[in-house]
Amino acid sequence: MLKTLIQKARVKSPWLLHYDCSSCNGCDIEVLACLTPIYDVERFGMINVGNPMHADILLVTGTVNHRNKKVLVNLFDQMPHPRRVIAIGSCALSGGIFREAYNVVGGVNKVIPVDVYVPGCPAKPEAIIDGVILGLKKFSRKRGAEKSCESRSELRQL
Amino acid sequence: MIETVVFILIGLACGPLLGGLVSGLDRILTARLQSRIGPPLWQPFYDVIKLWSKEKTVVNVWQAFCAYCYVAATSIALVLFFLRSDLLLIVFVQAVGAVFLVVGALSSTSPFSQIGAHRELLQMLSYEPLLILVTVGIFLETGSFKIEAVYSWHQPLLMKLPFLFLVLGFVLTVKLRKSPFDLSTSHHAHQELVKGLLTDYAGPCLALVEIGHWYEVVLLLGLCSLFWATNWMGMIAIVFITYFIEILIDNVSARLNWRWMLGYVWSMGLTLSLVNLVWLYVS
Repeated sequence: MLKTLIQKARVKSPWLLHYDCSSCNGCDIEVLACLTPIYDVERFGMINVGNPMHADILLVTGTVNHRNKKVLVNLFDQMPHPRRVIAIGSCALSGGIFREAYNVVGGVNKVIPVDVYVPGCPAKPEAIIDGVILGLKKFSRKRGAEKSCESRSELRQL
Repeated sequence: MIETVVFILIGLACGPLLGGLVSGLDRILTARLQSRIGPPLWQPFYDVIKLWSKEKTVVNVWQAFCAYCYVAATSIALVLFFLRSDLLLIVFVQAVGAVFLVVGALSSTSPFSQIGAHRELLQMLSYEPLLILVTVGIFLETGSFKIEAVYSWHQPLLMKLPFLFLVLGFVLTVKLRKSPFDLSTSHHAHQELVKGLLTDYAGPCLALVEIGHWYEVVLLLGLCSLFWATNWMGMIAIVFITYFIEILIDNVSARLNWRWMLGYVWSMGLTLSLVNLVWLYVS
């Protein structure tokens, strides 16, 4: 019973951390639009926090480049378990139109393990909320799956 | 003896239960004032349960120790309130809890945590004298620091201590971490100070701090209720009205810096207290 209560609390109270990896700010504005009265994500208990140590879900927008990949990994490492990563927009998914640029590493999944991909240029607020809800569903997955995810992250860092 | 044990248990249970509900109500009302729908009433409980189940990450042992001491002190203060004990004792025990919270934040080297802790110290500097003056006013009126005496007093304290009730309102705004005195944890401005005082408390430690804060909120609202302690309806009404006004102030005001806080709270608070105390003394 305690397990179901904790499970429910995790799904009901996702705190979001938003990190912008050199995005054009299109996706960031859509992320912030989710907090406005029109979409009001606080209905689902979601809060936008500025502190990785308090966050459950990391929202990443924009292309990862060689300058900010360390910052992204650092933020990810500071988040306590259980945690989920959601990549938002074409750039975060694959590098988008900047994919071939000399300074671009590529999608977010080249650096940290991504749980949900939200496509779009920019992604719609509805799609972002859907993505977060999909990420929350993954909180009820088995522990083993998470473990394998972690080992992958360590691999990426090496 | 059995009565005492029952009161202790009620005090221990009431803190988290009432505090959580009050905080949930706060979030719903705030959302409605901003023309949003807001989270469910039980949201603060979900938050605390989730935080409790997260991975334990502490900066050092002292931080965890301070979080536990904070909860212990604030819960003791509330239990003393339910035992109708000495008001001065309650204020001092509550202050000890607040100091432990600051020491816990100071034990980490993070600049956000440090600045938040220093601002919390300034907040304490501004509200603690006023809290003492409120209890002094209650003493001058009823002739005793005991809460027992307040309950047996023949008329509501608000009739004789209206200015001191306003002063308690200042204390409440600072203590509930509401705008315009929302300096140390920057509840509404992550960009400035991340989470200030609470930046380095994470997971279960943050859950403890949150529960401690609920105890404090219930204690302060309890102090408000003493101003109309002649009947139950009056106590509930005064608490609800005060809390609603607090939320309204929180939503319509911008944050001030610490100089403004110290200036406002001290000049207004001390003047109002002095006027009320002189009035009591003369009459």
